[in-house]
Amino acid sequence: MKFTIALLLTFVTGLGLGTLGLLPWWGFVVASALVGATVQQTATKTFAAGFLGMFMAWGGLAWWIDWQNQSLLSQKIALVFPLGGSAAALLFITGLLGGLLSGMAALCGHYARARVSHK
Amino acid sequence: MRLVPFLICVTLTVGLVVALDKPLGKAPALGKFLSPQTGFWQNAEPFDAIPGEELSFPSLKGNAEVFFDERLVPHVFADNEEDLYFVQGYLHARYRLFQIDLQTRAAAGRASELAGTKAINFDKEQRRLGMVFAAENALREIEKDPLSRSIFDAYTAGVNAYIDQLTEAQLPIEYKLMQATPERWSNLRTALLLKMMAKMLSSGTENDLSNTNAKSIFLPEQLKRLYPQVPDSLLPIVPSGTVFAKPAVVPVAPASADSLYFSHRDTIEVHSHYQPDPDNGSNNWVVAGSKTKSGAPILANDPHLELSLPSIWYEMQLTTPTSNVYGVSLPGSPMVIIGFNDSIAWGVTNSQRDVKDYYEIKFKDDSRKEYWYNGKWEPTRLRIEEIRVKDSATVYDTVAYTIFGPVMFDGQFSNGYSKKMNLAIRWTAHDPSNEGMTFYKLNRARNYAEYEEAIRTFQSPGQNFVFASKSGDIAIWQQGRFPARWPGQGLYVMPGWDSSYSWQGYIPQLENPHSLNPERGFLQSANQRATDSTYPYFIPGAYISARGIRIEKQLAAMNQITPEDMMALHQDYFNTSAEDLRPVLIKNLRAQDLTSSEKNYLDQFSSWNLLASPNSVGQTIFQCFWDSLQSALYKDELTKTDPLATWPTEQTSLELLLKDSALVFADDVRTPNIETLPDIVTLAFKRACAVLDSKAAEQKIEWSKYMSPSVYHLLKDALPAFARKGLNVGGYGNIVNAIKHSHGPSWRMIVHLTETTEAWGVYPGGQSGNPGSRFYDDYVSVWEKGAYHPLWLMRREEKNDARIKGVIQFKKS
Repeated sequence: MKFTIALLLTFVTGLGLGTLGLLPWWGFVVASALVGATVQQTATKTFAAGFLGMFMAWGGLAWWIDWQNQSLLSQKIALVFPLGGSAAALLFITGLLGGLLSGMAALCGHYARARVSHK
Repeated sequence: MRLVPFLICVTLTVGLVVALDKPLGKAPALGKFLSPQTGFWQNAEPFDAIPGEELSFPSLKGNAEVFFDERLVPHVFADNEEDLYFVQGYLHARYRLFQIDLQTRAAAGRASELAGTKAINFDKEQRRLGMVFAAENALREIEKDPLSRSIFDAYTAGVNAYIDQLTEAQLPIEYKLMQATPERWSNLRTALLLKMMAKMLSSGTENDLSNTNAKSIFLPEQLKRLYPQVPDSLLPIVPSGTVFAKPAVVPVAPASADSLYFSHRDTIEVHSHYQPDPDNGSNNWVVAGSKTKSGAPILANDPHLELSLPSIWYEMQLTTPTSNVYGVSLPGSPMVIIGFNDSIAWGVTNSQRDVKDYYEIKFKDDSRKEYWYNGKWEPTRLRIEEIRVKDSATVYDTVAYTIFGPVMFDGQFSNGYSKKMNLAIRWTAHDPSNEGMTFYKLNRARNYAEYEEAIRTFQSPGQNFVFASKSGDIAIWQQGRFPARWPGQGLYVMPGWDSSYSWQGYIPQLENPHSLNPERGFLQSANQRATDSTYPYFIPGAYISARGIRIEKQLAAMNQITPEDMMALHQDYFNTSAEDLRPVLIKNLRAQDLTSSEKNYLDQFSSWNLLASPNSVGQTIFQCFWDSLQSALYKDELTKTDPLATWPTEQTSLELLLKDSALVFADDVRTPNIETLPDIVTLAFKRACAVLDSKAAEQKIEWSKYMSPSVYHLLKDALPAFARKGLNVGGYGNIVNAIKHSHGPSWRMIVHLTETTEAWGVYPGGQSGNPGSRFYDDYVSVWEKGAYHPLWLMRREEKNDARIKGVIQFKKS
């Protein structure tokens, strides 16, 4: 349950902050850290929830855009970056990048909270 | 206890964010670029998206509606003219922002701001050519006239209205890749765009520097044979036999011309690195009702330019209660440039006239503050050029301006050559003029008189304006401001210390070559010399003859012409030069000296159908052979100077071979033997066969594989993924369908002036500049097939037509 809540919170805040556009592209990192600190779980689960939340947010949004675009642009960009024209690879990397940053940030939150509570 | 993992975590996270927020060499910052909320994903448009929105701007005077059809062509209906051009500016920015921003920065010699140190020399050359000086002079002229000022102001406001509301996520993808931002528009930038066209079409049509080197190599009699003014086979724009009036201006050669100019045999050790493509040119023609099936005139045009994505053209309809025009516009400039309205149609080709001369300047000292002119020291005007460079220090250059114009080459800028040469340029593109108003008037012209009045003030670059009207008139004018030269003036570098070498005047506008309703019922221009030798002025230029010969022969033979016949002529692959040359080449080829594989090539060449079609092997053999022969004929002589002397034109070489079997240039001056024409032809063929063998081994012997016709993105090799390469088309610069590797018919248009105008057109690109839109390159395949889109001059009542897919409403706020 906690895992799902953390995942959903990360997903929603990550997408929401980006849509508002007030923070730089990495604004979701702050939200993910807060979620990691608030929802107490094991370190592994914290990371996984943070990772998956943003993997789905970025990967999912990119996938939705790409689907509507029929991969016209992603295939070209996947040649600019040497990915052999694979839209799927580009989608995966997009999700991975968001997920990795978010998971790491959630862990930061987790350990920050752990540090405070152990005092 | 948890401090250590916390610190590790924070360090890693922050480190990752910082790393992803920084550009990696040439690649953009990955985090921002891949973020689907700010990065490139935002440029991926929904496949079927066509705009539908309502926008309001305080600077509008009334309302305007833009109807987008299924090809994303906007049909603009505005309440008044200022709003019309506001909307045109807005649409150009919306669909072509990166293009217009890049092109005008490059025109101004500011490419280094985007491209870094590798563009510094390009920028210096642009500044020394006086591109900004030229645009400033044009701007003063534009802003002098209240009507033109209001149009250009409205256009600028429209471009900026779009730029100002752009969010980071909406930036065109090129900015995201290059980590740059767009710069606001100004009337000066519109003037710069027009000067970019002036450079493209009228800088490089002179050969003064390389001609001066040729003069140091060849005797006067040889110069005449290698660089004749009027080719024997010329079929001029103004039909031969037309009688010209006595010239109103008769320029006089300076007394010292023989000693100081014609027989002066110095060499020039500079050259310009960033010359426009010598095949920038075009075809246009018009047939009168007497020759068409319908009885109505048909006009055709195909300007040959660098093919790029996005294209140099943007198709649109511009309508107000008092005007209604359709055609292609130049993003970065208001008005329709080539098109038609309810009454007339017009098209342009380049005049190829030499309108740029070089003068040698003697400076008093290295400060370049004074130069010797008419027996005394005159002050120069020094212009300091500040070139900002991406990721590097700003570079400064000082350019001296003389009575002629800027000193392009001097000790500070010799382009890598050691010999210091001070060369000032005199170029008509520097003179104040307002070409935009010609198009304003052409967009509204209803008959021949109004067309004539529209083009009269057009100065630079000189163009052949072809015309047809519904009332049945056909006409052509070679229009521009052309210096009246004494014979030989401006072929070579001239002394810059003696005013008697200056231009003494201009050819009066009414004496520009023109023709109205000729008896033969058709007119054509294809970059050839405009007139035969009876024209009373000396008009050097970089003329191309072959296409005009083919078009004229075809049109003369045709009757009951239909628009489909004109489309077929656009696609014509017939190689008229090869038709003339093949017998001479074969006659001089010693077949007994050829190997069996060489003989095989000869057989294919002999039986070739003379078409440069995409799968033709004969065309590849011919072109390799002909290139190899021209090189063998002249290279020995021309390499005596560095940079090279001028290459004789293809037409000259062809004519020399046809009339002179004992060609003196056949001898390789570097060898002790005296080579004959058969020696050289056979040698050239053998060399060509070696090239053909290697092409055959790469499966590139078919003509389209050999030349690989391609449409590159504006950033060329930096973004091959945005290009369309290896198109299945043939043609060449000397063929009516003038496609070369990345150059050729940039817009094909045919207008049939029947009661309800019928028109067709296509360009190898798409309306959107966004590589993430399906409208980015959707016309390329149509163009490749030789097909056309019907051009629809929409009536406002037709706004519910099925072809209309989206509407933008512009409202005053």
